[in-house]
Amino acid sequence: MSESLKVPTMAEFMAQGKQPEVLFWVGCAGSFDDRAKKITKAFVKLLNKANVEFAVLGTEESCTGDPAKRAGNEFLFQMQAVTNIEVLNAYEVKKIVTACPHCFNTIKNEYPELGGKYEVMHHTQFLKTLLDEGRLTIEGGKYKGKRITFHDPCYLGRANSVYEAPRELIVKLEAELIEMKNCKRNGLCCGAGGAQMFKDAEPGNKEVNIERTEQALEIKPEIVAAGCPFCNTMMTDGMKAKEKEDIEVMDIAELIANAQDL
Amino acid sequence: MTYLPNIIFAIILISGIGFFTKNVKKLRRNILLGHDVDVSDNKSQRWKNMAKIALGQTKMVRRPISGFLHVIVYIGFIIINIEVLEIVIDGLIGTHRIGLKLLPTSIYGFLIGSFEVLAVLVLVAVIIFWLRRNVLKIARFWKNEMKGWPKSDADIILYFEIVLMGLFLVMNATDSSFQAMQSGNVISQFIAPWFSGLSEASLHLVERSAWWIHIIGILVFLNYLYFSKHLHILLAFPNTYYGGLKPQGQFNNLEAVTNEVKMMMDPNIDPFAAAPEGAEDEVPAKFGASDVQDLNWVQLLSAYTCTECGRCTSDCPANQTGKKLSPRKIMMDTRDRLEEVGKNIDHNKGEFKDDGKQLLGDYITNEELWACTSCNACVEACPVSINPLSIITEMRRYLVMEKSDAPTELNNMMTNIENNGAPWPYNQMDRLNWKNE
Repeated sequence: MSESLKVPTMAEFMAQGKQPEVLFWVGCAGSFDDRAKKITKAFVKLLNKANVEFAVLGTEESCTGDPAKRAGNEFLFQMQAVTNIEVLNAYEVKKIVTACPHCFNTIKNEYPELGGKYEVMHHTQFLKTLLDEGRLTIEGGKYKGKRITFHDPCYLGRANSVYEAPRELIVKLEAELIEMKNCKRNGLCCGAGGAQMFKDAEPGNKEVNIERTEQALEIKPEIVAAGCPFCNTMMTDGMKAKEKEDIEVMDIAELIANAQDL
Repeated sequence: MTYLPNIIFAIILISGIGFFTKNVKKLRRNILLGHDVDVSDNKSQRWKNMAKIALGQTKMVRRPISGFLHVIVYIGFIIINIEVLEIVIDGLIGTHRIGLKLLPTSIYGFLIGSFEVLAVLVLVAVIIFWLRRNVLKIARFWKNEMKGWPKSDADIILYFEIVLMGLFLVMNATDSSFQAMQSGNVISQFIAPWFSGLSEASLHLVERSAWWIHIIGILVFLNYLYFSKHLHILLAFPNTYYGGLKPQGQFNNLEAVTNEVKMMMDPNIDPFAAAPEGAEDEVPAKFGASDVQDLNWVQLLSAYTCTECGRCTSDCPANQTGKKLSPRKIMMDTRDRLEEVGKNIDHNKGEFKDDGKQLLGDYITNEELWACTSCNACVEACPVSINPLSIITEMRRYLVMEKSDAPTELNNMMTNIENNGAPWPYNQMDRLNWKNE
């Protein structure tokens, strides 16, 4: 199946003297994390299906600096940012899509002041646009009628007020969209943000991801949909800890791709 | 002799307002100990935010019960204060209910009648507030940082309001000429019979006492504000005006770092060249914040604005899962340290003398700072646009950039980013391997 994936790089586009429609910013999780790589591939399949002329930076991509900035290391963040901006500007990138809300937030909000001004979209927003433009069709397939809840990633939701695009996509799957006690602007963090992903939690009486998983379990979903590779990991771990591995934690791109057997 | 009450009134009024003004000046001085920050942008949006969030209470009502009760107390507070205007004029020039001389009886009656109704609604709301705190023991009012003074402070404010509203109603009920008017005494007519056994002279004495204690109580309350958490009734307005306008996920850019990074990245720069004249001034004394003077003045204004409602803390994922972090405590600590610094300046003739203490360590611990997930739930929850996360971030910056004092795992993560461009130890050259896996 992998041979069917078309993943051109910016360098290849440049060599042909062409510009892609959009740059797909894969992100570190999407590039290296085994679970997140599946999300990356699912999204690429959808891009291929919709005949989107996209490109990736490939080996020229580097961490946006988000975890460094949240941890307080402004130096490291800006070093990363300036390096990435140089690459992006050299390729004259105008539009970026990413499946990681942290990359999304950083490039969209924090790069402009350092000279990187782009139109940045989260992959759920981009997929929604493809749908609206008739370039992508979404079928319910095996998700028809399933109880699906959406876990709002903090850096997509509260941080950038994107609540509807992911939900509209779930509705298009003809699934039953159900909401947790804390959703949208009141969404509860998965516990990974602010560089917590890379450290043990401070002493307490519970892990944040367990708290959030319990909120999800309260409404008895069949699937927990996520829009962030880190949330995905945290919620998957939560379901494991609760021995509820029958409840799948899936990225919205994966749901759409799977529904069409891509 | 006939002017004695007027003179006493004027003295009380002037000292009450004067003492308050003195403290407001101190408050302003303390707030301006913070760094300057440019908040001169987007004026129209800022006015709108103030109108919506402070005046319109839009974020208060997100929690419907406490929000609704708060709106009652807030409207009551503003409207009943119109009555204070009459009291002040009466007190100064020795009239009795001057409003009756200026307005037709029906309009005056309507006004006082509305004040009476509001006073009862406020009384009820405040009693429910007290019950929520002391009988229902709602969790956010009983967190660790609320022990001792903050708990008493909250109760004292409620008692103040109960007494002030009570005095207002008693004052009207025992005013026989006002009762005789049969206009505006919508509530006080039911209180008047309680005093029916009293002689005309005693009734007058009760009325005068209620009147005097009411206005003195208001002045005492005004001056109590500075020493309590209750400053939000004034500061909520500037704080919502100066509050954040950018997406919550956007953390501020450190200009000083930008300059250094640009120098580092510029191949043409001579690293050994002498710094140009005056360039040293541009490098800040330190990166991030270890004490209140390292924060900006809007953050310090926010510390004084916080009324310790604890909505931030009850929405904080770290706090919900038993971690030490409480965003409310971050604000309370910032204010308490700022007060301490202010007193230090007062005692040392206008100059701060190092007291061997600072916000970091003596008030806020590393453990609290490292528990934050930067999820912005606290920012979203605050009804008056306070951003505790911005203070946490500044303090993390100090820990990391000045002290290299981050948890080991975070140092590993940062080393990885530095060396491989990813938070994990993978080679950047392998970034596209997923394509063929």
